[in-house]
Amino acid sequence: MTQELLRISNLDIALPAGADRDLAVQGLDLTLSPGETVCVVGESGSGKSLTARAVMGLLPAPHVRVSGGSIDFLGEDLTKVTDARLREIRGSEISMVFQEPMTALNPVMSIGKQIDEVFRFHGTMSSKERYENSLKLLTDVNLPDPAQIMNAYPHELSGGQRQRAMIAMALALSPKIVIADEPTTALDVTTQAQILKLIKDMQGVYNTGVLFITHDFGVVADIADRVVVMQYGKVVETGSVDKVLNNPEHPYTQALIAAVPSLQPRTARQASDKVVLDVRGLKKNFGGGKSFFGLGKPTRSVAAVRGVDLQLHRGETLGIVGESGSGKSTLARCIIRLMDNNGGDILLEGVDLAKLGRAAMREWRPKIQMVFQDPFASLNPRIKVGEIISKGPILQGVAAEEAETRTRELLSIVGLDERAFDRYPHEFSGGQRQRIGIARSLALKPEVLIADEPVSALDVSIQAQVLELLEEIRESMNLSMIFITHDLRVAAQVCDRLAVMRYGDIVETGLTADVFANPTHEYTKALLDAVPGKGWKQAADAA
Amino acid sequence: MLDFWRLYAKSPSAVFGLVVLIIVIILAAVASLIFPEDPFRLAGTPMSGPGENGFLLGSDTLGRDVAAGILHGAKTSLMIGLIATLAAVFIGIFMGALAGYYGGLIDDMLMRVTEIFQTIPSFVFAILLVAIMKPSIESIVIAITVVSWPGVARLVRGEFLSLKNREFVQACHTLGMGDFQIMMREILPNCLSPIIVIGSLMVATAILIESGLAFLGLGDPNIMSWGFQIGAGRTMLRSAWWVCTFPGLAILATVLAINLVGEGLNDALNPRLRDRN
Repeated sequence: MTQELLRISNLDIALPAGADRDLAVQGLDLTLSPGETVCVVGESGSGKSLTARAVMGLLPAPHVRVSGGSIDFLGEDLTKVTDARLREIRGSEISMVFQEPMTALNPVMSIGKQIDEVFRFHGTMSSKERYENSLKLLTDVNLPDPAQIMNAYPHELSGGQRQRAMIAMALALSPKIVIADEPTTALDVTTQAQILKLIKDMQGVYNTGVLFITHDFGVVADIADRVVVMQYGKVVETGSVDKVLNNPEHPYTQALIAAVPSLQPRTARQASDKVVLDVRGLKKNFGGGKSFFGLGKPTRSVAAVRGVDLQLHRGETLGIVGESGSGKSTLARCIIRLMDNNGGDILLEGVDLAKLGRAAMREWRPKIQMVFQDPFASLNPRIKVGEIISKGPILQGVAAEEAETRTRELLSIVGLDERAFDRYPHEFSGGQRQRIGIARSLALKPEVLIADEPVSALDVSIQAQVLELLEEIRESMNLSMIFITHDLRVAAQVCDRLAVMRYGDIVETGLTADVFANPTHEYTKALLDAVPGKGWKQAADAA
Repeated sequence: MLDFWRLYAKSPSAVFGLVVLIIVIILAAVASLIFPEDPFRLAGTPMSGPGENGFLLGSDTLGRDVAAGILHGAKTSLMIGLIATLAAVFIGIFMGALAGYYGGLIDDMLMRVTEIFQTIPSFVFAILLVAIMKPSIESIVIAITVVSWPGVARLVRGEFLSLKNREFVQACHTLGMGDFQIMMREILPNCLSPIIVIGSLMVATAILIESGLAFLGLGDPNIMSWGFQIGAGRTMLRSAWWVCTFPGLAILATVLAINLVGEGLNDALNPRLRDRN
């Protein structure tokens, strides 16, 4: 091995007084060599992002600061160098790729200008040289038509293109180290796979050391050489990717890896023949409205759902999978009548919900309920948990005391303490909030439960618990469930049948096992191919 | 509540503003005890300087006590500021909530109406309204209300627009909750902080508008007010400076205090701005 690029020894990062712990990161040791990818893995709050920021000198000082240890970069201690020196190093020697390329790029500056800036701040090239270099970089990261992208603004590019541009910027001065903080988390799986490949390829060309921060073990399996697992600010395990993923030693690592859902689809339960929910030719367009007084041009109309047919049988879980923009959430919101559809029927027990007015729909509301994606946005912060859950039954005419008894029962069913009744949502963690949301949807004893990405905002260990809870409830209450997700691993664990959506159409439906084993549509194949770390967990689970 | 106070007390200027405001409120409350007589009464020698002939802050050209005027004027200013603001906030919430929640045609119509009010310079509009209705305390309150509600309506509309698509509001729809209940119980409590902040600042503006109207002679002739005092004393500014100066300082102190309190409330209620230093 050549000389180490980076050696972090015994690093402590202090949090301001009053935080949930004193040190965000405690006694962290880490090394990085040229051409190597080290993945720092951990759940939210483990201190992995702060570690990355400490290396860049980007901690939110003075509240959060390095309080001990050293960050040795080729003989220089980055915790001690002057700000001026740090600025020199940033960009030219160490650069960073952020999670959300839309906010990391300046929205009022063209891509070309932003790359040009990097050269301008760190060198003496002429403007022509700078232009040629920028163009070459954009070509290297496989952006189509680089000359045009030079003049494009960030909002004109897709998420994947923006992330490619970010990577081009990060590589502009051939830095020795690239720090990537969850660079693919905001992207769709197929795009994620391309970006991971790009990072690997670029690393081969420039022999860069990559410090890769992620929460996703699938991504780790695809990209890492070595892995550092963090929990509560401490490193609990470190080693080669093969050792950590396949023979984890620390109980925390073992638990994390066990919580990663397997891609091995579940065996479908005996399906009932009775159709609970029958959706026929459902359509939904956005836009196309006229302006005030009917003046001006009508806005462009976009078809979000184009004639979808769906049947949900009693007691089954139907998964709807697809990438962002496929129309899966819109479909769910149309079915539950949060949005009006532009055509088609929604038959629940033979009654067409789409034709019901708002007042008539109110009677049918209890039969079909929803669990929302974001546990932080789906509970009113100003209302106590007990009231949130009991409100539904009270609105449907249940007496207050009975509703309260039912609420207390539900709290224990979803695994929460009865004292939660009198607390406000902010006193609970994300996983607990999601349990509250589930309790709310169950309070009306629904027939059909629509779960819209119910676990995508949760850490992997919490995710496993919530999925288990949903499974138990579905079983004990004989619910029929529509489960919307972008994550094929989760879908494999939960769903009996799958419907794959793209651009507002369902391109393939079938039993989960069949779809996984023999995908017929090109798009399904592409999705399955792009699942990160598919080789790893499948092999491990088969063994 | 205690947490809120701790956040508020972090800013010394906000605490200072609150102290000044409390002093003004106390002075207004005890005005009738200290000066039980009518402040318009001719109390003694005209044009006495501060401290002369038993006048703490002097007397004006007709021998009215400036100090008595300031204390009684404080009552007027605070009352007008408070009532006009409450009325404006109420109308603003009503219009803004309907516009933001329903959107579409209702939003278009309500907002065009709001814009009509916003296009007229507010002080000129207030003068016009008072002149039409004949000057009285009621017409002044109405005029101030009419010129100040559009700001609240715009703010509330914006808050409702962003909150109505939150998942917790959608969850209420799926439970079958009615629109009125969703607006009042779910959305409104979540936009109270900005409303409180803008409301506190509106009190200050209302006091300024009232003083301006009274200065121009459009105040209620039977009620003592700071603006009236300044208006009455402006011709002798060089020979009897105290007639204008003390009411002017009272306006300055009160408006400044209310602005500081509003600022402090804003910092305390808006968690994202905390620790911005």
